[in-house]
Amino acid sequence: MANILRNRELLLVGAIAVLLALITWRFPPFVAPANLGRVYNDTSILIILALGQMAVILTRCIDLSMAANLALSGMVAAMLNAAFPGLPIPLIILAAVALGTLLGMINGALVWKLDIPPIVVTLGTLTIYRGLIFLLSGGKWINAHQMSDAFKALPRDELFGFPVLSWLSLVMIALVFLLMSRTALGRAFYAVGGNPHAAVYTGIDVGRTRFSAYCLSGALAGLSGYLWVSRYAVAYVDIAAGFELDIIAACVIGGISIAGGIGTVAGAVLGALFLGVIKNALPVINISPFAQLAISGLVIIVAVAVNARAERRKGRVILRKAEAV
Amino acid sequence: MVDCLLLQDTLTSRMKPAIALEGISKSFPGVKALSDVSLALYPGSVTALIGENGAGKSTLVKILTGIYQPDEGTISVGDQEVHFPTALEAARAGVTAIHQETVLFDELSVAENIFLGHAPRNRFGLIDWKKLNADARALLSRAGADLDPTIRLRDLGIAKKHLVAIARALSIDAQVVIMDEPTAALSHKEIHELYALVERLKADGKAILFISHKFDEIFRIADRYTVFRDGTMVDEGLIADVSQDELVRLMVGRAVGSVYPKKDVAIGEPVLTVSGYRHPTEFEDINFELRRGEILGFYGLVGAGRSEFMQSLIGVTRPSAGAVRLDGEVLVIRSPSEAIRAGIVYVPEERGRQGAIIGLPIFQNVTLPSLSRTSRSGFLKLANEFALAREYTTRLDLRAASLDQDVGTLSGGNQQKVVIAKWLATKPKVIILDEPTKGIDIGSKAAVHAFMSELAAQGLSVIMVSSEIPEIMGMSDRVIVMREGRIAGRFERAELTAEKLVRAAAGIQEAA
Repeated sequence: MANILRNRELLLVGAIAVLLALITWRFPPFVAPANLGRVYNDTSILIILALGQMAVILTRCIDLSMAANLALSGMVAAMLNAAFPGLPIPLIILAAVALGTLLGMINGALVWKLDIPPIVVTLGTLTIYRGLIFLLSGGKWINAHQMSDAFKALPRDELFGFPVLSWLSLVMIALVFLLMSRTALGRAFYAVGGNPHAAVYTGIDVGRTRFSAYCLSGALAGLSGYLWVSRYAVAYVDIAAGFELDIIAACVIGGISIAGGIGTVAGAVLGALFLGVIKNALPVINISPFAQLAISGLVIIVAVAVNARAERRKGRVILRKAEAV
Repeated sequence: MVDCLLLQDTLTSRMKPAIALEGISKSFPGVKALSDVSLALYPGSVTALIGENGAGKSTLVKILTGIYQPDEGTISVGDQEVHFPTALEAARAGVTAIHQETVLFDELSVAENIFLGHAPRNRFGLIDWKKLNADARALLSRAGADLDPTIRLRDLGIAKKHLVAIARALSIDAQVVIMDEPTAALSHKEIHELYALVERLKADGKAILFISHKFDEIFRIADRYTVFRDGTMVDEGLIADVSQDELVRLMVGRAVGSVYPKKDVAIGEPVLTVSGYRHPTEFEDINFELRRGEILGFYGLVGAGRSEFMQSLIGVTRPSAGAVRLDGEVLVIRSPSEAIRAGIVYVPEERGRQGAIIGLPIFQNVTLPSLSRTSRSGFLKLANEFALAREYTTRLDLRAASLDQDVGTLSGGNQQKVVIAKWLATKPKVIILDEPTKGIDIGSKAAVHAFMSELAAQGLSVIMVSSEIPEIMGMSDRVIVMREGRIAGRFERAELTAEKLVRAAAGIQEAA
């Protein structure tokens, strides 16, 4: 299995390379290092969100409310900044992350304590969180001129030649990688998704583990809320509307099994990058936005088909054994 | 016996079987499930099929209903030889099975369940609902059920669901009805309704195969019996000519205990004391002591409440009352992780569902409950994990190319070893093994038994839940028999006999 997984990620690296080669053939400047850096920077928020979604999906759940959480946390960050321009930016980021975590905890608690299917819970909270933005803002926009310069500048500020946004996403990748591979909680995510019944007997609290995954996805959505609003210098009810599908698509393309228990940080990052390359490259080689959507959709289906085949192979082995019993 | 055979001859010559199996054999890799088995079912007669777990009853039912194909032998209906390549073919030939948990659709109406796949159509080719419901009502009343055919199945109890299953059998004009432990999940009153129904089916001329572990009901409703043991048919005849004692003897019928690697261990002081354990629906009044170095067997029929009790003991479910002492100290266990910390571990029965975590490599499966021990300041140490996993998988003689490989790639026996290694690595005081050798090959079985014996010799206390009499008799120092959620008997190793176990488990009074 480890081999197939490794291959799966190599496959994705190969696919991205082929994609880049095709784009270069039509538009050579795309692969200039500076442009690739821009593409990465542009994909950073998607990567951060995909990391959170990955943890949730690993536990056999899903978080449809991430984009709404992002929008609500972002709106609150922007409103805080507009109301108290003197508030230090780290405090605002902390507030956004805290609010995001709280919203994630609500999802997690509903899944854990009320045992409601995750897709229903997060579909519900998606709508509620969007509604809350409207209630808070009265439907008004917070525009660039209402935000302080420091608020808008942070993601763009450069550190060793790269924007802070890119650095932040790299830090998040490292932290989540550490969490997944080097802590008991990370191991529990895999165990809960791989075999929830067995996890119970192993002394893992399945509900609490899922709750933790939702906290993580909420915290990362909250962080992304600040990043999104400050980067685009605007906050309104509908920011990142529909982005939850991109996040899930990145995970699926990255080989994270919707059935839970299978997936890696590298997969989530590569899946997000794949989508990022497509989004950034197709306009420059004059492919219409509608074709872009179709291509993204096609990629998702191909990715799921490849993963499903890998999993079916595994399933057959189990069946053969069951019959021998 | 001679009389009985003569009588049987006259019976068979008078009546043609509704279905007859001749010389049926069926093997699975490593196991011969059925060997040269013959069985005839007669119209208007109830044949009881009796045998221990693993005697081949389920395999036979699956062959009769087209789920398995026999390797050898013939099936004939009337004078014609038939083949059931699929379950649908068996149903068309008039064979239907009613299982313990009925295989119906909860969200469909009663009438839809009865006519699923062969609903009456109107002239536009659409389902004729009026006729469907009217026909369903007629069939239900034939089955003796006064049910509204339009209500959803999920609103019915199990007994009523059985009636729906039988109405369905009537709707496809089934001639052979197989009832696989139909009363296992029924209440007292429902059981009597079921008996009445069996009588009606008999009067209707159906041939009935009735599988049951309960001797009282076999003697109440069956006309004939067939006893299976280890995949062969050992005896058959008329119920009127046989006694309960004789059936028990036929069913068990062999000397056991010699091939088990049970070591003589000096039994020490009590380690675990359970008193007054009860649960609102599953079990009550469970009291026992487990001593150091002891293997305590828990025997009983499927559904006697053994696994339910064990799960409650380790905190998966909560008992409504009861106390546990471990090494003399009162212990409150609210979750499996608390049980593990206290030193009580449970190796569950369903390896697939509750045991190994497919997708995780072997070493991570082994270390999962021991991560706090292999970690340093909150971070996992893979080297420690590998060392721990290597230590215990080596002790269990696990055959794997690498500890890094997915546990799903291992054979059933090796998966079981990984699961046991996982629990031993937690260094428990008490280990509960639920059906430790169910469905694994003979070689792995021997390894598990030898290891169990070794554990007891090292001073661990073992509870072994098993439904296999040879295993229980071969491995246990003491045996507790459970029946219907209560302790029905306690036996020391010296006084163990298979007959005593079966009697206690089935609730048969001691013969005078």
